[in-house]
Amino acid sequence: MTSDHPESLWVDEAAGPIVRPYAMTRGRTATKALINVISLIRATGTAPPLRPGIVPEHIRIVELCRERPLALAEVAAHLGLPLGTIRVLLDDLLSQKLVQVTEPANTQLPDDDVFEAVINGLRAL
Amino acid sequence: MDYAHSDDGRDGAVTLPTAIKILVAGGFGVGKTTLVAAVSETRPLQTEELLSERGIGVDDLDGVESKSTTTVAMDFGRITFDQDLVLYLFGTPGQGRFWFIWDELALGALGAVVLADTRRLADCFPSVDYFEEHHLPFVVAVNCFADARKYSLGEVQQALNLDPGVPVMLCDARDRESSKEVLIALVEHAMKRRGTRGDGQEGEH
Repeated sequence: MTSDHPESLWVDEAAGPIVRPYAMTRGRTATKALINVISLIRATGTAPPLRPGIVPEHIRIVELCRERPLALAEVAAHLGLPLGTIRVLLDDLLSQKLVQVTEPANTQLPDDDVFEAVINGLRAL
Repeated sequence: MDYAHSDDGRDGAVTLPTAIKILVAGGFGVGKTTLVAAVSETRPLQTEELLSERGIGVDDLDGVESKSTTTVAMDFGRITFDQDLVLYLFGTPGQGRFWFIWDELALGALGAVVLADTRRLADCFPSVDYFEEHHLPFVVAVNCFADARKYSLGEVQQALNLDPGVPVMLCDARDRESSKEVLIALVEHAMKRRGTRGDGQEGEH
């Protein structure tokens, strides 16, 4: 082994993030409502500065969703964090009005023209 | 939902696209991610959810770390048709014990593709059962592995005890055209079934 510190044996990419997801959310695991994996998230403005209540992950979310709206699953994938963790962080951003979350229609099916647009879109791929 | 009425911040007047979701289900190694990759605009992304033994929605701060957790990974892809319409394809974990994830993924989904491998047909039973039970439209696509014995589509339909209305087709999940055909068949089927399930049964979770 070339490493000086025995700990570094365990802290590589495969070990995952050093900070546990729960630490980022200060132990919170529940959110007010279950944000759907395809809910679209859009930043309402520029990223906030680091301050109490704002962790670097909050800032990254706002930066990511400024370019174009991203689905919850995309935000989670880009940050490499579980969906549940992103939901808690989004709750914080929502309460500070830093993002908008648009839920898809969960109970109601789309109109016929949406079905047709999907079929035509797939054919044209 | 208490987000919808947050009108402030709408001054940008950006119209958000309609996001549609289709699930790709089936057993382990059946080609779910391959199919997602064949049609998606970028390499599939991966996201994960932590499952714990705790009850969902309980905001407990005590002993979170000590509870056993499992990580469930999902691959997904995106197809942007235009600025108003985006389709997300989610490969769903095949095992039936991840019901929590399935409920979450199925909520609001347009429908599902059940990928089947004739060498391990039983692997798609949990998916078929789930979608039947939740009244989510689905098609069965038999991924043609080179060394698999060829069965007729009728045999597959019979083996899975499918409703005669459920489309069963052959596909090659590596092939873009073939995967497109499967998705088109699903959307057409979902559209046809639309009239027969207007009672919102699929949105009860």
